[in-house]
Amino acid sequence: MNSLHFPGLEISIALPLVGAILVRFMRVPERAQWVTVWISALTLCAAVGASIDFGTLGSHAAHDRWDLSSALLGHDLFVIDELSSPLIPLAALLYLATAVSTLGSKVRRYSFAGNLASEGVLLATLSCRDPWSIIALLLVATVFPYMELRARNKPTRVYVLHMGLFGGLLLGGQLAAELSSQIPQLSMVATALLTVAVLIRSGVCPVHCWMTDLFEHATFGTALLFVTPMVGAYATVHLVLPIASDWVLRTIAIASVCTAVYSAGMALVQREARRFFCYLLLSHSSLVLVGLEIATPIGLTGALSVWVSVGLALSGFGLTLRSMEARVGRISLTKFHGLYEHTPMLAAFFLLTGLASVGFPGTFGFVGTELLIDGVVEAYPMVGFAVVLAAALNGIAVMQAYFRVFTGAKHFATISLGCRLPERLAVLTLAALIIGGGLLPQPGITSRYHAAVELLRSRGHSLNGQHQHSATRQPSSAHPSGTGIDLGIVRTQELPAILHHARK
Amino acid sequence: MSVETWYHLLGILVVVFPAGLLSLLGLSSLAGHPLSERVVARATEAAVVAGLAAVIGVLGMMLTNGDRRVPIEIGNWVLIEQSQAHTDFHFHISFVFDRLSVPFAILSFVLVGTIGAFANVYLHREQGYVRFFLFYSVFLLGMIVSSLAGTIETLFLGWELVGLSSALLVAYFHDRPSPVRNGLRVWMVYRVADAAFLVAAIVLHHLTGEGNFEALMGTGAWPEGKASLSSSEALLVGLLLLVAAAGKSALVPFSGWLPRAMEGPTPSSAVFYGSLSVHLGAFLLLRVSPILELSALLCVAITGLGLMTALFAAITARVQTDVKSALAFASLTQVGIIVAEIGLGFRYLALIHIIGHACLRTLQLLRAPTLLRDYHTLENAIGQHLPHRAELAAGSVPLRVRVWLYRFALERGYLDGMLAEYVVEPFVRSFRWFDSLERRWTDFLTGKPSRESDHTQNALDVEVKA
Repeated sequence: MNSLHFPGLEISIALPLVGAILVRFMRVPERAQWVTVWISALTLCAAVGASIDFGTLGSHAAHDRWDLSSALLGHDLFVIDELSSPLIPLAALLYLATAVSTLGSKVRRYSFAGNLASEGVLLATLSCRDPWSIIALLLVATVFPYMELRARNKPTRVYVLHMGLFGGLLLGGQLAAELSSQIPQLSMVATALLTVAVLIRSGVCPVHCWMTDLFEHATFGTALLFVTPMVGAYATVHLVLPIASDWVLRTIAIASVCTAVYSAGMALVQREARRFFCYLLLSHSSLVLVGLEIATPIGLTGALSVWVSVGLALSGFGLTLRSMEARVGRISLTKFHGLYEHTPMLAAFFLLTGLASVGFPGTFGFVGTELLIDGVVEAYPMVGFAVVLAAALNGIAVMQAYFRVFTGAKHFATISLGCRLPERLAVLTLAALIIGGGLLPQPGITSRYHAAVELLRSRGHSLNGQHQHSATRQPSSAHPSGTGIDLGIVRTQELPAILHHARK
Repeated sequence: MSVETWYHLLGILVVVFPAGLLSLLGLSSLAGHPLSERVVARATEAAVVAGLAAVIGVLGMMLTNGDRRVPIEIGNWVLIEQSQAHTDFHFHISFVFDRLSVPFAILSFVLVGTIGAFANVYLHREQGYVRFFLFYSVFLLGMIVSSLAGTIETLFLGWELVGLSSALLVAYFHDRPSPVRNGLRVWMVYRVADAAFLVAAIVLHHLTGEGNFEALMGTGAWPEGKASLSSSEALLVGLLLLVAAAGKSALVPFSGWLPRAMEGPTPSSAVFYGSLSVHLGAFLLLRVSPILELSALLCVAITGLGLMTALFAAITARVQTDVKSALAFASLTQVGIIVAEIGLGFRYLALIHIIGHACLRTLQLLRAPTLLRDYHTLENAIGQHLPHRAELAAGSVPLRVRVWLYRFALERGYLDGMLAEYVVEPFVRSFRWFDSLERRWTDFLTGKPSRESDHTQNALDVEVKA
C-alpha cells in the first residue's frame, strides 16, 4: 500500500482526541469554545491535507507516513481511500462549523469536550476499513449522545434500546461472519444480523424512532453531529456490501426507498423544526442507501455523490436551523415567524442548502441526484419513480419550512438577531463549496466514480472468495449458472473492463 | 473569424449575460452587501440589452447565411466513461438556435427588459427591491436556458430555475401569510410538474441513449424532425411531458395556481404568469412536437386538455371581481387554445399565438393598476359612460344551468377543492396518523410522554402574541 507524504490522517484523529482532554478541564466555556474552534480548524487542515496528499498519489488506498498504528499493531489501522477521501474533510468541516456557529447563549450547555472526542472517533471510523475496528468505533460513538442525555436528565430509554440492539447485532453479525468460514450456514445469519444493524443505525423505517427521539432530547448540535455524517451508510459499505447477496441488497434498497418516501411525507406534516429536519435527513440518507444497494457503477457513483452533497447541504441546513433556534428558542412550524428581515443571510443560506439537498440545478447535489435516479431507474424502474417522488416531496418540505421560519409575518425583536462574523464565515464557506461543486461537478463525480468502481471490485473479490470457498466445501451449493456470482447488474467478469476505463 | 466562431461566440454570450447578472446580484446578496438600486438597474439593463443584441446578432447571421438550425456545443458538463458493457453517462450542454428558440428567446428578452424598466420605477425604494431583481435574474436565466436548450437536461435546468423564481416572486410580499401560502401552492404544483419532467427525461434517455434533441427528434430543423420512438413509447413519454406542461402552464387540473400567482407584485405577474412562464408548458410541447406526432392518442389527449382548459377558463374569467384574476383566466383561455393548436399539429400558428398573446397580456397586466383611470380617460374622451353589454348567449341558457355555471365559475371549477379534498387531505391525514403511531411507540418505550416539542413554548410565539 502506498504511503502519504505526511501523517495527516493520524494527526487529524489525534488532535481532537488530545484537544478533548484539554478542553474537558477548562472552566470557562467561552475559552473552551475558542480552543475547540482552533483545534477543529487544525484538524480540518490536517484532514484536507491528507485528502489532497492522497489525490496526488493516484492510488486506490494509502496509509500515513510514519504510521504509528502500523508500528504498534502490525497492520494498517487507518487508511485513506477513494471512498473516505472526501468524507474525512467533510466530517472535520462539519465539526468546525458547529463549534464556530455555537452562539454565546448556548456555550454553557454545549459540551465542547464531547464535540472534540466524537470528532476524533468519527474521523477514526471513516479512516478504518477493518470490520472489527469499525464496529468498535461505531459503538464508542454511541456513548457521547448517551452521556449528554444522562447529564441533562433526559429520557434515554429509546436511544439505549435501539443502540443496544444495534451494538448486539453488529457484534453477533461480525462474529457469525468470522465463523462462517468454518460453518458456511452462518454466512446467511451474519448477513441478516449486520443488515439489520446498519438499518437501525441508518434509521430505516420502522427502526428510526431513536433518531427523532434524539433530536427531541439532545442538544441540536450533538444530534446533528451524530446523524449527519451518515456513518450508517459507511458501515453498510464496509460490513454489508462485501458479503450481501443480490436479494439482500434488493431488500435493503426497497426498505430504504420506502423510508425515503415515508420520511419525506413525515417531514411535510411536522409541527416543529427539529423533527422536520430529522425526517428530511432520514429521507436523504435513505436515498443514499438506495443507491448503495443498486450496486451498478452509475447508481453507486450517484449514491456516493449524493452522500457528499447531502452531507454538506444538510450540515449547513441544520446549522442554520440551530442558529435560528439559538436566537428564538425551539421553532414551531405551525405558524409563520417572519425572520427574514432580521437575518437575510441565514434565510438565503437556509434556502440554498435546502435546495442543494434536493439536488437543485447549480448546486452540488444536482448531478449526483441525476446519476442516482438514472442508476436506480436502470436497475428497478418503479424504485426510480419512488426516488423522484421522495425528491419532489422533500423539495416541497424545504420550501414550506423556509416560508414558515422566515416569512409570512412581521417579527419585532428588541435585540439584534443579525448574523455574527463567525456564522457569516461558516455560511460563506459552505455556500462556496455547494455552489462551486455545482458549477464544476466533474472532479467530484470522477472521484466518486473511482470509489464506486473500487467498491464493486472489492465486492466482486469478496463474493468470489466466498463462492470459491463454498464450492470447495459444498459443491452442491454452487451458483446454478456456474459462471460466477451475480453482483446485481455488474458481474465480476465485467469488473476488469470497468476498472480499466475508470483508471483512464 | 469564421461564421461558426461568430455563431459560437454570440450564442454563448446570449446565456452569459443573464448568468453574469445572476452571479452579480446573487453573490453580493449572499455576502451580505446588497447593491444599490442604481447599480442593480444599470446592471439589469446592460445584461438584457446585451443578451438581446447577441440573439438578434445570431438571428441576423442565420437570415444572411440561410441557416435554419445552429447548434452551439458547450460540451460535456459531466462525463463518465464506462466499459463497453455499460453505456457512458454524460450530461451534455448544448444550445440550439432555430425557428422555435430564437423567437422565444427574443420574446423573453424584450418582455423581461420591459418589465425590468417598469419595475425599476414601480418598486423604487421598496424594501425588497434587490430581492425582486435577484429573483428576476434567476427567471431571466431560466427562460433563456429553457428557450435555447439543445438537450432535455439543459431544458430541465432552465425549467427548474423558472419554477423557483416564480414561487419566490409570488411570495414577494412576504410579511403577509397569504402571498406566502400562494407561493407554496405554486411551488407544490411546480414540483409535481418537475417530477413528471424528470421521469420523462430519464425514460427518454433510457429509450434512446441520448438526451440531445437532435438525437431524440431527428436531425431536421424544427418542426420537421422525426423522432425514433415507437407509438407506445411516444405515448408514455408524451403523457409525462403533458403532465409537466400542464403543471407549468396551469392547465386543468392544475389551474388553481394561476390566479393565486397574481398575489405577487404587478411586474412579476405580468411577465411571469401573464406572458412567459405560463407559456413554458406550451413551449415544451412545441419542442418535443416530433414525439407528439407519433401517437394519435397523445395528440387527442393534448387537444382535449387544451380545449377543456380554454372552456373552463373562459367560463371562470366571467365572474372574477378583480382585474388581475380576470386577466389570469383570460390568459389561461388563450393558453388552452394554444395547447389545442399544438395537439392539432399547427406548430407555427401556436408559436405566433404565443408571441402575440404574451405581448398583449403583458401590456394589459402592466396597465391593470391604472385600469379605472384608463376607463375614465376613455369615457371622458367619448363623452359618455362605456356601454355594459349583456352576454350574447346568456339569454338562451336556462336559468338553472346559468346558476350552476355561475357557482362553478365562482368556485373556479372546484379544482382547488378537489385537489385539497382528494389529494392533500388524505395525504396529510395519513402521515398525521403515522405520526401519532410513532408518538405512541416512543411514549411506550420511554414510559412517559416522549415529545418535548409538544410543550415547547416558542419564545417567538410569545413575542408575536404580545
